[in-house]
Amino acid sequence: MCLAIPAQVILMNENQMAEVDIHGVTRTVSLSMTPEAEVGSWVLIHAGFAIQVVDEEFAAESWELIEQIEWDDGDVASLGADTAEVGV
Amino acid sequence: MADLLSAWRDPELAKHLVELIDQAADRPMKLMEVCGTHTVAIARFGLRGLMPDNVTLLSGPGCPVCVTANRDIDYAIELGRLPNVAITTFGDMMKVPGSYSSLSREKADGRDIRIVYSPLDAVKMAAAEPDKQVVFLGVGFETTIPTIAVTIKEAKKQGLTNFSVLSVHKTVPKALEALVNDPEVQIDGFILPGHVSTIIGPEPYRFLASQYHVPGVVTGFEPIDVLQGVWMLARQIKEGRAEVEVAYKRGVNSDGNPTARALIEEVFEPCDSDWRGIGIIPGTGLAIREAFSDFDAAKRFDVTPPEPKEIPGCQCGDVLRGVLLPFQCRLFGKGCTPEHPIGPCMVSSEGSCAAYYRYTDYGRS
Repeated sequence: MCLAIPAQVILMNENQMAEVDIHGVTRTVSLSMTPEAEVGSWVLIHAGFAIQVVDEEFAAESWELIEQIEWDDGDVASLGADTAEVGV
Repeated sequence: MADLLSAWRDPELAKHLVELIDQAADRPMKLMEVCGTHTVAIARFGLRGLMPDNVTLLSGPGCPVCVTANRDIDYAIELGRLPNVAITTFGDMMKVPGSYSSLSREKADGRDIRIVYSPLDAVKMAAAEPDKQVVFLGVGFETTIPTIAVTIKEAKKQGLTNFSVLSVHKTVPKALEALVNDPEVQIDGFILPGHVSTIIGPEPYRFLASQYHVPGVVTGFEPIDVLQGVWMLARQIKEGRAEVEVAYKRGVNSDGNPTARALIEEVFEPCDSDWRGIGIIPGTGLAIREAFSDFDAAKRFDVTPPEPKEIPGCQCGDVLRGVLLPFQCRLFGKGCTPEHPIGPCMVSSEGSCAAYYRYTDYGRS
């Protein structure tokens, strides 16, 4: 029930509402919890609300954690490069 | 996004993390996943089967509809039986049994029960149907609670007199304290919820580490996230540390979401709450503040549901406390299946029993 999914803000409407793109599907959500969100922002959506803005370094930060894992062979660097291009 | 997801499900990385968990888990440890979405991820991706013998994963009270007490479900059902009342709720809540009925059964009997995707949809319904009293059944943890706060503020702004909320929301951190203090439950570490923590941040759990020496790791929902969370916990336990760490920085800021918390604070105040299987936990509920009492369904309507009763044979309470694993319940897969559920943990899609029945063969071999 507490699932939240990433989406990108594509259009701001009145009353802190906005249209977001969720993996190709457009939905109207409230930005009242994320007043800093603007067109182009990535947000996490839950129950019709953006609950957090996740910055463009979203993926990069995630991979920073993965890179702390004690690898013996350094393979993680190539995995990190794959996702950095996604930019979420 | 697909690339990103595949990376978070990378089998080589998973294998490596399992090896690291094996190395770190140098003693038996019971780790509780607090969130129902974690339960689903663990079952769906078969992560339990990857754990070394020393690591036991317990499911906790992290499915909001599962921990809703019969008394509260009965109350909502009674509200739905009042003339001219429409009950609106999230889909998860429909089939959860109360003492005598469920919202789904009430709908089949002709009551006006509606599923909404967002609580704001319920406000729209109230605005469009001024002759109808629209009640939103507010169930959920900190992830969901600010959405209800905004909804109540919106109803007030619109001057609606036919919208109200039955608040049976619950907050997580003190419930974990109740489990740590429960002599029947042994928990060596918490896999802490990702999106609850998106709102509250890691800080509210720190007392579990400092006062009770139980470590926690805020964890995301992909297989790699969960394995990473387990590894970080095992490492803390091995090293004798008890801290709250975050393995889900892409979804959780160090301060959570202060705007969302301010919305909760503006509309709600703490009260006691009744958790299925655990009982009353002081300060884990949220009552609607006086300034918004016009939107409090508990104050607007006068109903007296019959005395609640528990479901005979159902051990959901023990499953929700981590005393029993789902497949250790005597009804699991026998009298109780997703097709013919008896207890709420088998009903909700995020209930631990439903997750284990759907995705594993535990208890059936």
